[in-house]
Amino acid sequence: MKTIKQMFTAALLALPLAAVLMQNANASVHVFACEPEWGALAKELGGDEVSVYTATNAFQDPHHIQARPGLIAKMRRADLLVCTGAQLEIGWLPVLLRQAGNSRVQPGQPGNFAATDYVNMLEKPASVDRSQGDVHPGGNPHIQTDPRNMVKVAKALADTLGQVDSSHAGDYSKRYQDFNKRWQAALARWEKQAAPLHGLKIVVHHKNWVYLEHWLGLKAVAALEAKPGVPPSAGHLSEVLKQLKTQPAKMVIRAAYQESRPDEWLSEHAHISAVTLPFTVGGSDAAKDLFGLYDDTIANLLKGAK
Amino acid sequence: MLVKHVLRSRRVLVVSVLPVSLALAANTYAAGAGQGSNAFNPDIGLIMNGTYGQFSNDPGDYAISGFPLGGESDPGARGFAIGESELAISSNIDPDWYGMFTYSIAGDDSAGAENAYVQTTSLGHGLTVKFGRFFSGIGYLNEQHAHTWDFADTALAYRALLGTQFGGDGLQVRWLAPTDLFTEAGAEMFHGDAFPAGGSANNGRGAWTAYVHFGDDVGDSNSWRAGLSYLSAKSDNRETGTPDPATNHGDVFTGTSKVMIADFVWKWAPHGNPYNKNFKLQAEFLRSSNDGDFTPAGSNTVTAYSATPNGWYVQGAYQFMPRWRVALRHDQLSADDPGAAFAGTVLDSQGHDPKRNSVMVDYANSEFSRLRLQFNSDQSQPDTNNEWFLQYTMSLGAHGAHIF
Repeated sequence: MKTIKQMFTAALLALPLAAVLMQNANASVHVFACEPEWGALAKELGGDEVSVYTATNAFQDPHHIQARPGLIAKMRRADLLVCTGAQLEIGWLPVLLRQAGNSRVQPGQPGNFAATDYVNMLEKPASVDRSQGDVHPGGNPHIQTDPRNMVKVAKALADTLGQVDSSHAGDYSKRYQDFNKRWQAALARWEKQAAPLHGLKIVVHHKNWVYLEHWLGLKAVAALEAKPGVPPSAGHLSEVLKQLKTQPAKMVIRAAYQESRPDEWLSEHAHISAVTLPFTVGGSDAAKDLFGLYDDTIANLLKGAK
Repeated sequence: MLVKHVLRSRRVLVVSVLPVSLALAANTYAAGAGQGSNAFNPDIGLIMNGTYGQFSNDPGDYAISGFPLGGESDPGARGFAIGESELAISSNIDPDWYGMFTYSIAGDDSAGAENAYVQTTSLGHGLTVKFGRFFSGIGYLNEQHAHTWDFADTALAYRALLGTQFGGDGLQVRWLAPTDLFTEAGAEMFHGDAFPAGGSANNGRGAWTAYVHFGDDVGDSNSWRAGLSYLSAKSDNRETGTPDPATNHGDVFTGTSKVMIADFVWKWAPHGNPYNKNFKLQAEFLRSSNDGDFTPAGSNTVTAYSATPNGWYVQGAYQFMPRWRVALRHDQLSADDPGAAFAGTVLDSQGHDPKRNSVMVDYANSEFSRLRLQFNSDQSQPDTNNEWFLQYTMSLGAHGAHIF
């Protein structure tokens, strides 16, 4: 009895200390990116001055992430949090913030960066009721599907990096200039490639493509989810199928993390192509970085439109 | 967990002065969109739940052989009954404090503050301090609110050894180590009026705890948490059970209960996306050493009492498609019979080791509503009780994000 208790007490005391001794830290700015696109952007702008941890991957639904111990541990050491905001992460980020005991990244601190603070939000509802499904009061948060937003966020993020790590502010600013130059060239290329897509009618799985539609002039005529966040039901799918008879669309698109079966069903029955888009960095083999993300998105859309 | 209950803002203030709103729209930088849109109002949420219960034995006679029961440890009511409804109000108070208040109203209209605490947000260095009334961070299930449980009822070991959930008025200090491996240590001091403590001994500092938690991800698809916890609870004339008409008191204990808990939880979801499919395995072992004097309900004789009962459970919950989940659970207890001096009292297990097997299926229409059917083959007493539960759990308004 006594020895069990002594061992137990020793374990209580020794294990956390051992864990501290085991750790080693060096990179100057620890960035905790909520989604892969912001992780990729932080790498573009931060270079060797930052070490980036990306909390989610392209196969996860950023609405539905569990507040895992591994995430809390990473948040504890973060100097800068780079998230989407607009309540996209509201199901998990507040818990991480409360459990991590890290004052640098709390709301209101320079280390708490929300990308949606810097772009023009679409689909901002006048009122919100849960009967409408998963609606975000701040507007549709999936801003990364329009690459023009990336420039605005990049500018703000470079400024924030300079604030958090002022000794390298010049480096961040220079990297932003360089990124912006490459990005503008890429934008011109993408818009030229995507010109044939203008006015194209599509069906979306979830309403997370509104910024892409806005950018390329795509027209979403239906969604597989009857209400945002409600899984597609057989009844709603047949309604969409019926609607497509009078109001045809060219393809149905979904993000890599979404279930493929409803899209495949519709593709088969409505004889339209089912297109899977990376949605974020890492969502396909080609979407290795931010440039690859839009290269691959447009390539897939063009393929689906044929 | 089937789906994350998500805190979402309820209403947006509609700017009524149209020209102003148009001017803002023209400028259109959604400043502050990252934080709640309900301005300075706290988040207000309500959890409602209700059950239809069917028991082969009268739940009024419920007992666990060999264990004095404290707290809310009955298995529920026969027929229709609303369970605990929980009104929760929470908010950041200022840049340094967060506050949370949960008012719980039971089916019999008895009500009380279940949680009422303030917590620091800006100490940094991994430190968080909490004051007020809260559930202790010991074990795994202890800190989880009832509406997040994978079953309609808690583990038998929690019911028998911790009065369902241990907590109270106190102080908590938690420290998170700056390591990649999640390493958290916590310590608490409580008033000591909640089972297994009682009578607010030691000048109102009757219970204290210490615990460590570890956790990490394994690849994209797996994550785990494990913990060791210790609770020391003093009792000064702790009374449990029903008062005996002859002696006018229930079962009275004065002494110390020292509870050790080892807990483990493993979660799996393909690519870390629990939306379509996920699995959760959870197990805990509890052991309570009791030393002191015991006076059974029907007697006025104070007898020295020393026993170390233990209990464990293991459960698994599998979400096999969006919305649908099944779960299995096994519970087992060992009373550690304290001997002939206590024959015929609540401590007499009559050689029976309580156990229970449970099976559950639930359906969640959205993150905010869930319907559940559960069956227990409950051998808390030698006579098997077949228990059926049909339960709904609904969440209105704001709903704080769940802990792991």
